[in-house]
Amino acid sequence: MSAFNDVKTYTGFRFITLLCVFILYAPLLVVTVYSFNASTSITVWEGLSLRWYVDVFVGPESAKFKQAAVNSFSIAFIAATIATAIATAAATAIVRGGLFRARGVSLGLITLPIMVPEIVLAVATLIFFNSIGFDRGFMTILVAHIAFCIPFAYLPIQARMQGIEDTYEHAAMDLYATKWQAFRRILMPLMMPGIISGFLLAFIVSLDDFIITNFVKGAGIETLPTAIFGSVKQGLKPNIMAISTMLLGLSVVMVTISYFVSKSDNTK
Amino acid sequence: MAGGAPSGGSSASDTYAPTRHWLLAPSWFVLGFFTLAPILIMLVYSFLTKEFRGGVIWEPTLAAYDQFFFDRGLFGDADPTLQWTYISIFWRSIWQAGVATILSLLIGFPTAYFIATRPEKSRALWVFLITIPYWVNLLIRTVSMKFLMRDEGPLNDFLMNIGLIDAPLHMINTNFAVQMGLFYSYLPFMVLPIYASVERYNFTMSEAAADLYASKFQTLRRIVLPAVKPGVIAGCILVFVPSLGAFLAPDLLGGAKNFMIGSLIEEQFKGNAGNWPFGAAASMILLTMVMTILLVFAGQQRRAGQDT
Repeated sequence: MSAFNDVKTYTGFRFITLLCVFILYAPLLVVTVYSFNASTSITVWEGLSLRWYVDVFVGPESAKFKQAAVNSFSIAFIAATIATAIATAAATAIVRGGLFRARGVSLGLITLPIMVPEIVLAVATLIFFNSIGFDRGFMTILVAHIAFCIPFAYLPIQARMQGIEDTYEHAAMDLYATKWQAFRRILMPLMMPGIISGFLLAFIVSLDDFIITNFVKGAGIETLPTAIFGSVKQGLKPNIMAISTMLLGLSVVMVTISYFVSKSDNTK
Repeated sequence: MAGGAPSGGSSASDTYAPTRHWLLAPSWFVLGFFTLAPILIMLVYSFLTKEFRGGVIWEPTLAAYDQFFFDRGLFGDADPTLQWTYISIFWRSIWQAGVATILSLLIGFPTAYFIATRPEKSRALWVFLITIPYWVNLLIRTVSMKFLMRDEGPLNDFLMNIGLIDAPLHMINTNFAVQMGLFYSYLPFMVLPIYASVERYNFTMSEAAADLYASKFQTLRRIVLPAVKPGVIAGCILVFVPSLGAFLAPDLLGGAKNFMIGSLIEEQFKGNAGNWPFGAAASMILLTMVMTILLVFAGQQRRAGQDT
């Protein structure tokens, strides 16, 4: 057995793995630590303080950030909800709709937003809204976000649904449940982990988006990423570290929830 | 067809076949209208005449593509010569994305291999650990790289403290910073597909190679690598493609001198250049490059799938 393990392992690979984890986390940790810096300079360390967190909420730029946060979270919530509903319906057709001619094309269309480079999608969406004379603002951001959130909501839902045998629905329908009842009472509860993790991923993707939002947002409206970008362009300030740390924490919490939800198996 | 027979959730399940078109209609509508149609309109725009305040005049012309490839002098009447400005921006993007891909592969392959050879229980946790940073806002991750690599930043402090350097290294606004930023942004994309391949790899093949006196390096190169090649290629594509069109890393870490495709395109719509047809044409060229890479890859995967 030990000889077998020797064949498998390579010296140095463990070190590189630890290095990889270190590289991935070090910049995030550094920003987190410096967000608690008492100094007004981002360079000098003057001890622990929460002043920049206070500054985010009541400081001179707080009104701007609050409005941006309200925009970001409402867009992310609405876009993720609609995208998840659309993706659930689409996954039902793809996984439970038998084999049909439009299946491959539909799958291609659903995954199109992840295939096309983000900057290209941003340009295309801007040109589209401009050519139909749609004023840029909250609605254009929302519509663009719904579209590119669909594949992110779709993939976990499809993966989950493929793991559920159709015997459950058929058993329900043998007992005179309608197709809708079988879906609502049997399939949907079984799919719930996939639906929740699809929703959370779509929510994070929407909350994170900078490039597409920046193109379609118009002049008067900001989301958190565009507000942060605008601020960073004028120089790194400690309050940006504090906002970043809060957003970072939120992403970590949501991905962790998504991870545990998708791991939970309620088909047994 | 499949009827009541248990089909293991395979694609032949057809419980909802009669309503499938209604179920797909919302996604067709949203993605057709707000993703596919815009790309087609962008294609049309790339053949229109530019309007000086941004926007277009509806007169078909090849001017945008011509401007991309040829220089016709200040007044447009000189003999066309190859225009290197934009080609070199594309070339730099390919180079930067390539360096980021190779760096990711050098770190990502051993990591993926190591994780795949852990006991089954701890693998999921390792994968989760690698995935988390990907879900953190890309802008925030790029800003933290900027913070880290500044002249007075923590990285320079650290290097000076351990005595490796005497004066701060100038890293920000260099090609190196952009490469590091791209590498950092997309590293998780390299690890995950390679991990999936190595996990399926049958390690008795390594054992057989060792029995036949292959050195460990020979085993890795001749046995493991060919077996996990699809995962390695997938990882390279997942790093290379988004790096090619990246905007944040070149913009925040590279500064004005290290322009990449993303910045060139952005400037046509946001900046002062304001040439929409040209921006649409550059986007189409980028899209064509990316789609070609993806199609070649898909064809390869299909052939690999048929072999096994």
